[in-house]
Amino acid sequence: MLLIDDLHASIGDSEILHGVSLEVPDGEIHAVMGPNGSGKSTLAHVLAGRDPYEVTGGRVIYDGVDLLAMAPEERAAAGVFLAFQQPVEIPGVPTMYFLRTALNAQRRARGEEELGPVEFLALVDTKRRLVDMERALLDRAVNDGFSGGERKRNEILQMLILEPRLAVLDETDSGLDIDALRVVADGVTTLRGPDRSALLITHHQRLLEHLVPDRVHVLAGGRIVRSGGPDLAVELEAHGYATLDSPAVEPRTASAGTASIGTISTGTISTGTISTGTISTGTISTGTISTGTAR
Amino acid sequence: MSAARAELADLAGREYAYGFSTDLETDFAPKGLSEDVIRLISAKKGEPDWLLEWRLGAYRHWRTLDEPTWPNVRYPPIAYDDIIYYAAPKKKPALSSLDEVDPELRAMFDKLGISLAEQERLSGVAIDAVVDSVSVATTFQAKLAEAGVIFCSFSQAVQDHPDLVRAYLGSVVPPRDNFFAALNSAVFSDGTFCYVPKGVACPMELSTYFRINAAGTGQFERTLIVAEEGASVSYLEGCTAPMRDEHQLHAAVVELVALDDATIKYSTVQNWYPGDAEGKGGVYNFVTKRGRAAGARSKISWTQVETGSAITWKYPGVVLQGDGSVGEFYSVAVSAGHQQADTGTKMIHIGKDTKSTIVSKAISTGHGQNTYRGLVKMLRSATGARNHTRCDSLLIGGDCGAHTFPYVEVKHPTCQVEHEATTSKVSDDQLFYARQRGIPEEEATSMIVNGFCREVFRELPMEFAVEAQRLLSVSLEGAVG
Repeated sequence: MLLIDDLHASIGDSEILHGVSLEVPDGEIHAVMGPNGSGKSTLAHVLAGRDPYEVTGGRVIYDGVDLLAMAPEERAAAGVFLAFQQPVEIPGVPTMYFLRTALNAQRRARGEEELGPVEFLALVDTKRRLVDMERALLDRAVNDGFSGGERKRNEILQMLILEPRLAVLDETDSGLDIDALRVVADGVTTLRGPDRSALLITHHQRLLEHLVPDRVHVLAGGRIVRSGGPDLAVELEAHGYATLDSPAVEPRTASAGTASIGTISTGTISTGTISTGTISTGTISTGTISTGTAR
Repeated sequence: MSAARAELADLAGREYAYGFSTDLETDFAPKGLSEDVIRLISAKKGEPDWLLEWRLGAYRHWRTLDEPTWPNVRYPPIAYDDIIYYAAPKKKPALSSLDEVDPELRAMFDKLGISLAEQERLSGVAIDAVVDSVSVATTFQAKLAEAGVIFCSFSQAVQDHPDLVRAYLGSVVPPRDNFFAALNSAVFSDGTFCYVPKGVACPMELSTYFRINAAGTGQFERTLIVAEEGASVSYLEGCTAPMRDEHQLHAAVVELVALDDATIKYSTVQNWYPGDAEGKGGVYNFVTKRGRAAGARSKISWTQVETGSAITWKYPGVVLQGDGSVGEFYSVAVSAGHQQADTGTKMIHIGKDTKSTIVSKAISTGHGQNTYRGLVKMLRSATGARNHTRCDSLLIGGDCGAHTFPYVEVKHPTCQVEHEATTSKVSDDQLFYARQRGIPEEEATSMIVNGFCREVFRELPMEFAVEAQRLLSVSLEGAVG
């Protein structure tokens, strides 16, 4: 489905992604976790084609085609959806109208027939119930005066209506109460299927309690520093990202060492076991051990 | 900014869809302006002496005036002697039905998307069509006559209802009002007259389509609408012109009179040719529009969507004379390419407890310059008067400009005036959000701008709101990469 290979991206003069590699097979849900400033949102925006971010190296292959060569609307029509961390207000444009325009633009781009108003209304009515959204909210302008929770529900509603093949959720869980969090998790679960995938970008593990990913990747300092199964998320929650921020895990200096932390601490992960011995700094190994103990 | 952003300002791709000209046999007056030309126009139309004298008086006054220089627009001097002041399609109608309209003319209106016959049959909208300066077809007259409504060309009104015309002509915009109004009063060749008698709600929307066709001509039409006590009428004008390299002058006058409890709603969708991408050609739209809310509790509402013209200079205003009268002004003005617009309104409060609302949405893109200029004046007599003004400007790209000149004069302490103004840009965030959902950039821009204008569009009659949105999209074509 998605192959990210040695992706470098900058904004202005500063490089934020220093060679991210990641693969999301068909039907899988992957989580990308990492501390603030690690490049998580940059990754999400680069996948969606946001403007000021410039790709300076590497490639992204989506469904066998070069995703980076496509305009944002082409990516959308091809099935890439980004749930925004901060959904944007568009005053004067009713949400219903926006949704129908979006859906029909995508259908048109794919050579499918457009949905008429009646069919569309029926579709929206079904989907909005899944995310617990009042009809009245949809007659208001896009996100205009919506609460934080309403905006996030609106993102999930849009996702359910557009039925993307690859959903990228950029910290959609941040600042949500438990009900809204469940809506997000249920939304992704509803879409789950053998030919749909999702990339959950998150700072916390909370969402992953409701939505167990197939794989978890840790992004730090602009690189994937560790990958593992769902337990990796639990471990990070317990221990935090502190160890990942230490100098030893800076890319280039000790990425192998970084990978090894996970190995010890979770004890369940089989990858990168060999490199344990290469850890050179006391701080990291201490941290590692204590986590391991905690388990 | 990114490449896509830079392209936002590039309007080279923009096309004017109504730029064709039609090969109509046309009757011209000689070039230039003199008392003889005015006599000729008046004679062509078989006008009574009082009207000829009225014209000549306006002309003599006009010669003493200088063209105003205060608008925030730049253009080379206009050679008033090179303009043809009267042009009329030759197969001039004594039309009793649409079937008699010149087929070429019918074809032209079809191309404009205004099939008179279709309109008549389907929409129930009565249309007066003015080509160059002459009214060529008025639909639905018979049905309106049953309700007692007079809706006809100005020339016909002069013949059939001279007393009404004489009573109201120049009563709101006197011939000496300003340079362009004086010029219009001297040379106006036709236009629309509408009279709604006491207590009658006009049974359908009235509409005039204006079209400049002949080269080298100016268009000087006059519209006069009178609503008697308790009457109501909704009127819409639409305007287009062919693409020509030279500038064409359009100096119209519109007068509205509303007596006690009468309501007049006047909507304009103006799409005169704006000139090409380099700013060559295009219509100078120098128009004086004013309504007199003469009666108690009368109401006059202006809605304008100004997407065309090289230069727009107009301030549709309301004189709120009757106690409790209401004036409204809703405007969307687009300046794309090299267009310049200096537009706004005047609300003159005279009566007690009068109320006015101003909503102006100005959109600038390309090298467009958009100026809102508005006057809210409350005289000593206007106790308890209120005004609310909201003035929003939207910028697309980095080479355009938005300017605001609000004037407020209040002479009585019980008056309330509120003024709100914002300036914003179509943000990259909004564009990206829409594009991420699959909406192509141009459509997304158009959608965002339409959202910005929504408050104004919803004042338009339904079918024209759709038309206005479409026009706005056309105006913005090429505004994005």
